[in-house]
Amino acid sequence: MAHIKETRRELALDCCLLAGKIMMESGAETYRVEDTMMRMAVSQNMMNAHCFVTPTGIMFSPSDELATRFVRISSRKTDLEQVALVNSVSRKLVSGEFSLQEAYEEMQVIDKTNYSFSMRLQVLAAATASGCFLILMGGDWSDLPFAFLFGGIGYLIVDIILAQTRVKIFSEFIAAFVIAALALAVVRAGLGTNLDTLIIGSLMPLVPGLLITNAVRDLMAGHFVSGLSNGAEAFLTAFAIGAGVALVLSF
Amino acid sequence: MNWPLEAFLSFIAAASFGIIFNAPRRTLLSCGLVGMSGWLIYRSYFLMFDDSVQASFAGAFVVALVAHILAKKFRMPMIIFSIAGIIPLVPGSKAYNAMRNIVENKYLDAIAFASEALMISGAVAMGLVFAEVLMQLFFRQQAKRTQRKIGMTRT
Repeated sequence: MAHIKETRRELALDCCLLAGKIMMESGAETYRVEDTMMRMAVSQNMMNAHCFVTPTGIMFSPSDELATRFVRISSRKTDLEQVALVNSVSRKLVSGEFSLQEAYEEMQVIDKTNYSFSMRLQVLAAATASGCFLILMGGDWSDLPFAFLFGGIGYLIVDIILAQTRVKIFSEFIAAFVIAALALAVVRAGLGTNLDTLIIGSLMPLVPGLLITNAVRDLMAGHFVSGLSNGAEAFLTAFAIGAGVALVLSF
Repeated sequence: MNWPLEAFLSFIAAASFGIIFNAPRRTLLSCGLVGMSGWLIYRSYFLMFDDSVQASFAGAFVVALVAHILAKKFRMPMIIFSIAGIIPLVPGSKAYNAMRNIVENKYLDAIAFASEALMISGAVAMGLVFAEVLMQLFFRQQAKRTQRKIGMTRT
């Protein structure tokens, strides 16, 4: 009997950690990850649970008797679909709609499935967003096809180089450099009219909007370690983009 | 200002960012709606009072407000809706101008642009947090009222 109880608590512990890991890897705010994990823990009768979530690792101590566990988070991407799915599983577990076993199996399926839109659609979306921002920022209508093209190219370059090198800053730097160089070439050739709005519009898909928002939200919620590290990542991204453009403009 | 055109463009832009961030498929239209409302408030405030910092605050406030309402409706985390809406308010052009002036050795102009970009990002953050705190207070009051109505006491 005691043995069954013990494995059940181990399963609850695994379930909490897996939920936290998926959410953190998909770009949820730290305070939300902690909140979700604590709710799940309380629903499984772990009253003295404590967790400490940072963007690079999760520590979770379920109770006085069970050992503290640690999960390393090595890669982070933005996948809001996974955040939403894990959130709904944890809601169902807390409300009693799912048993612990069901929730754990569901979570493992979520972890293994790739929910992303196809790369072609993502590039198309980035290109469309660039075109829209060009007009919203007061750019010229004749620049629209270039912004559309360069926005898509920039997004594609980030994806390809990130897959090859695993260095995010480098891929963003190269993408910004290529976009600025293309824009400069088009304007020098007399095809484009306004260099500034063309570059700004095409760079919009690379802007670290999620990181900035998360950093501020975490700082305000009192999670200073995650807030500062998210802020550092956002700053590095902005710096890489800026350096890439600056390199072209200095010619 | 061409209202229908800007509304349309900001809607499409925010929905595209929903695709880039892989928002759940049935929330894409709502993401676009959040982005559109935030941008229209930002633009109209900017045209009325000519202050981009206050306008960004107002825009971010509305984004968070609409995102919170949609999050309650869809029963999903608020981040899904607010991210796409915040992107148009990010001071990309100010940051770009700051960097461009640095490259051209005009450091004083660069500092002016950079501090403006910093002020705008701060205003966006404050707008988000203010709206969220306000909504939490509102919903807590509402929950209390319904509990009283059905004769429940807070435990």
